[in-house]
Amino acid sequence: MGTFKIGGVVLKSLFNKPATLMYPVVPRTWQERTRGSIGIEEADCILCGICSKKCPTHAITVVRDQRTWAVERMQCIQCGSCVESCPKKCLCMHPEYTAPGTEKITDVVHVPEQPKQPKPEAAAAAE
Amino acid sequence: MGKRTIIPFGPQHPVLPEPIHLDLVIEDETVVEAIPSIGFIHRGLEKLVEKKEYTEMVYVIERICGICSFGHGWGYCAAVEGLMNVEVPERAEYLRTIWHELSRIHSHLLWLGLMADAFGFESLFMHCWRLRETVLDIFEKTTGGRVIFSVCKLGGVRKDVDNETLAGIVSDLNKMKAGLKEVTDVFISDQSVKNRTLGVGVLTKEKAMEFGAVGPVARASGVLQDIRLTGKGVYEELGFEPVMDTRGDCYARTSVRIREVFQSIDLIAAAAEKIPDGDIAVAVKGNPDGEFILRMEQPRGEAFYYAKGSGSKFLDRMRVRTPTNQNIPALVQMLQGADLADVPVLVLTIDPCISCTER
Amino acid sequence: MSDKKYLIQNFVPVTASELLGKVQDLKADGYRLGQACCTKLGDGFEIMYSFDKDHELLNLKMAVGEGQEVESISNIIWHAFIYENEMHDLFGISFGNSALDYGGHFFKVAEPTPWNPKNEERKAEQNG
Repeated sequence: MGTFKIGGVVLKSLFNKPATLMYPVVPRTWQERTRGSIGIEEADCILCGICSKKCPTHAITVVRDQRTWAVERMQCIQCGSCVESCPKKCLCMHPEYTAPGTEKITDVVHVPEQPKQPKPEAAAAAE
Repeated sequence: MGKRTIIPFGPQHPVLPEPIHLDLVIEDETVVEAIPSIGFIHRGLEKLVEKKEYTEMVYVIERICGICSFGHGWGYCAAVEGLMNVEVPERAEYLRTIWHELSRIHSHLLWLGLMADAFGFESLFMHCWRLRETVLDIFEKTTGGRVIFSVCKLGGVRKDVDNETLAGIVSDLNKMKAGLKEVTDVFISDQSVKNRTLGVGVLTKEKAMEFGAVGPVARASGVLQDIRLTGKGVYEELGFEPVMDTRGDCYARTSVRIREVFQSIDLIAAAAEKIPDGDIAVAVKGNPDGEFILRMEQPRGEAFYYAKGSGSKFLDRMRVRTPTNQNIPALVQMLQGADLADVPVLVLTIDPCISCTER
Repeated sequence: MSDKKYLIQNFVPVTASELLGKVQDLKADGYRLGQACCTKLGDGFEIMYSFDKDHELLNLKMAVGEGQEVESISNIIWHAFIYENEMHDLFGISFGNSALDYGGHFFKVAEPTPWNPKNEERKAEQNG
């Protein structure tokens, strides 16, 4: 039984520093595992298209002829299934969120031609 | 006998975070009858199962609710695993239990805040949510998400948490206990709070059984019903005992949830101590065929997951019955005879999650 | 592992004429209605009522033909009205003698009975 039971808590918060962060003046610290946004190491990409097939929201589009890899940022749900399924491990999850915007943005990445390496079996057969 | 008036309550109301509509038949200041109606935000997620592969459906099911998202993901995975006879590694089962109990802490703290807000105690509301932040930070550290975790998958979990981090989590939670005690004491012993909850909206044990109340609402009325006793998860190994009360009023429902928060912290501590080493996932091969029904104890109560497949990679039917769905009739029962001014508090004591209900 | 209660899958088929009697017996035995749901099954539907007692489930399954009226159990177990109205609004199954009938206004859906296969056929006809 009692009245003004919250008094102690109120007094404490009067003298302690605020529980909230002065965002955006004080930037947020991201955790290592934070699922923020998908990134790509374009030099390693082989345009196989597995990531676009595995994406539950169809946010990733891979066009082989034009050598582009595109992600619709607002469509992506950061589930990370593309990162897990990438055979070349060229996709990664950045721990920062993308900036908020008024328009739906699509990030298109041009994948450079990879220098052709002779396949070991082919080289062996030629000999 | 006074004049009867019908007062529409909701779908937009300061106390409601989500849309539910109640037609309250009022005589003087007392509610005589309440007729609920829902369906303002029906999304038809169950139907999506015919278009999404059963492995991808986890992401959809997780998005049924933003509070018990982990529980829904686990329930779906467990139902499909049961259907396909997949044995989940023990470490994964422990991790799932830990995350599920963390969800319970965060859900109950959120609810305590909303409850304080419902009877007009704004600063208490903010302090509850301040405490909840600790749990959300733990989620972000271990899963990468604060609300949707995407960590449960068929056959196990996607991310491991090493034992050191687990010990850190337990010590964080134990540190939180002192603050939690201070804040929850206000609910338990402050006279102004008790005036709004003690003896309000009594649901007797008989009524709770008859109208099929679930979760903390049923347990506060003295009905022994907790799906954690059915053996899903590792609750047996942790020596789990459900929290019970007998009064069946708003005060009992609040106190059951408060005690469950402390219990969850203890369960997590016990699980972190006992967790075995090993794999965190097994590969799931083939397509689901047959049917399986399973229940989970969500923070709000018992939830049903019914999966039916016919050998293709799309399930035929996925049924999710959420706890609020079952508690609405109990709420209607509680409202009869209640004061009009108590209606917001009563609506909140069942911890309504309308998005869950309408899927 | 096998002794865990959640693994018990107890499905009991019933016919439409047996349903009310069976539900009455279960209620007298202290069973609680956990949920009811509808599944598409060939041409018709299958309604499943799940009952719980001491944390064990008993599921009654009843086959229903397209357009067949089902006797409502909401006069025995009042809170079944939630599930019956849901099935009515989404699948278009009609229930007779319901204790609380919303007449198709329980869910606010853009088109009537969206989960009934007939609805898809109708839409295909309109489009084609």
